[in-house]
Amino acid sequence: MKRVKLLFLQILVMVAFLAIWHVATTTSLFGDVKTIQFFFSTPVAVLTRTFKQLTSADIYWHLGITLTETVLAFVIGSLAGILFGFAFARRELLSAVFDPYIKAANALPRVVLAPIFALWFGLGIWSKVALGFTLVFFIVFFNVYQGVREVSPTILANARMLGMNERQLFKHVYWPSALTWMFSSLHTSVGFALVGAVVGEYLGSSAGLGYKIHEAESVFDVTGVFSGMLILTIFVIAIDALVTLVEKRLLVWRPGQSATTTT
Amino acid sequence: MELQDRPHQGAGAGPGPSGDPAVKLGGVDITFHLADGGRYQAVKGIDLKVHPGEFVSIVGPTGCGKSTLLNAAAGLLSPSAGSVGIFGKPLSGLNRRAGYLFQQDALMPWKTALDNVKVALEPMGVSNQEADQRAREWLGRVGLRTFVDRYPHMLSGGQRKRVSLAQMLIRNPEILLMDEPFGPLDAQTRQIMGNLLLDLWSRDRKALMFVTHDLEEAIALSDRVVVMSAGPAAGIVADYKVDLPRPRDIADIRLEKAFHEIHRDIWSSLRVEVQKAYAMGEGRELVGGDAS
Repeated sequence: MKRVKLLFLQILVMVAFLAIWHVATTTSLFGDVKTIQFFFSTPVAVLTRTFKQLTSADIYWHLGITLTETVLAFVIGSLAGILFGFAFARRELLSAVFDPYIKAANALPRVVLAPIFALWFGLGIWSKVALGFTLVFFIVFFNVYQGVREVSPTILANARMLGMNERQLFKHVYWPSALTWMFSSLHTSVGFALVGAVVGEYLGSSAGLGYKIHEAESVFDVTGVFSGMLILTIFVIAIDALVTLVEKRLLVWRPGQSATTTT
Repeated sequence: MELQDRPHQGAGAGPGPSGDPAVKLGGVDITFHLADGGRYQAVKGIDLKVHPGEFVSIVGPTGCGKSTLLNAAAGLLSPSAGSVGIFGKPLSGLNRRAGYLFQQDALMPWKTALDNVKVALEPMGVSNQEADQRAREWLGRVGLRTFVDRYPHMLSGGQRKRVSLAQMLIRNPEILLMDEPFGPLDAQTRQIMGNLLLDLWSRDRKALMFVTHDLEEAIALSDRVVVMSAGPAAGIVADYKVDLPRPRDIADIRLEKAFHEIHRDIWSSLRVEVQKAYAMGEGRELVGGDAS
């Protein structure tokens, strides 16, 4: 009963929002309808445009480009993050020497790098992948570093007493522990990979969702901008749902994640 | 009832000591370097022998370095002075012939009960199939036949200890080291676990060093009870033989007269140390934990 009520209220919020938007942009309540529509479009127009776009092949090509960039940025950034995270966590000196530089590099707002990446890697997908990489790398790096450093000393001592060598310790203790930390930041790192891709496209490209939005903006096509944002939102929610699914699968052993499992 | 009220009576206390003791600590000092630059001498001048087949409990007030002693026998930390001998050979690095049961949870939380036990056989080069079969056997032996696929967080504290026990014993170590293994468990579970331990141990009687702060538990389980003094620089103040017949039920044995006599004797020396520890504990911060 409670869930139904909650769902009803949630839908009510959306309906109210759309209704206010609709009334405000199609009646002369707040002034000239044409002017208002130029700035805010109308919900009907945005939904129609979105529907039209989603039923044409063109948008999927752009989505495909954005998805490719996101996946590449995520995979390459994660691999590098894991590699460096392990190396730094296991080598005291290395982490001590590079610590200030890593902090400095992470402090830099990555968006300012976009033009340089465009210069280095061109306007194709690789400049976006590079931007996403700089965002994903640090998240994964810090998490893996933490994961390796914060392995429970008891678990480690126990594994040693069981006779494990370095390779086996890595396989059974360090690696799973680091992965746990990495997966716990999966939502963030996938989100940042997407941010890198879209921002990169927005700042200079010829394809992708960011490009579509930018294109609409440059001709004052507010309906196109809103519709692009809506599609982007749907896209992000879909990816997030996928990540949640993967996460649930990978972290079954965690308390709270599957406390109800009884097998 | 024969009581050996003096320390260093290790030799001859075990059932049929033949050859070298399983664990021999000779004049062991252990000093920790604290984070603030200071030093803390946990134990000093420890002489202790544990023979094959002997169940030796170490009791003492909180913070007396009981666990420290165990860690030295395990090779997890090396003494600042003195020697650790394992079956007559000086120990360097980890003690490969020992299994260790920790007080805290030591299971890998990302592995199921079965995998946690199986993984103990990997360093020994046992094939996956055989490891699987043996791990299932051992989980059955500790009463977890139907829990093999559970992750540690789905198990109770007592069940997790059972998995740890199986994980340790499946490797068939010649020396068993246990650091207050049943400390975090409730009273009933402790009794059940105690009986399970005695049952498993009595099958092939390994040398066993058992650290506990529970004197009753120590007497009910062991052949010998070693009493340590209050830290810092704790030493062994007494070494008692427990001549109660085996097999024992650790709930029933507490009701016997002989048990009470031994308890009274040991407690008389332990109480002094506990009171000392409490007296020092006033206004002292280094009490919690065994400095390990």
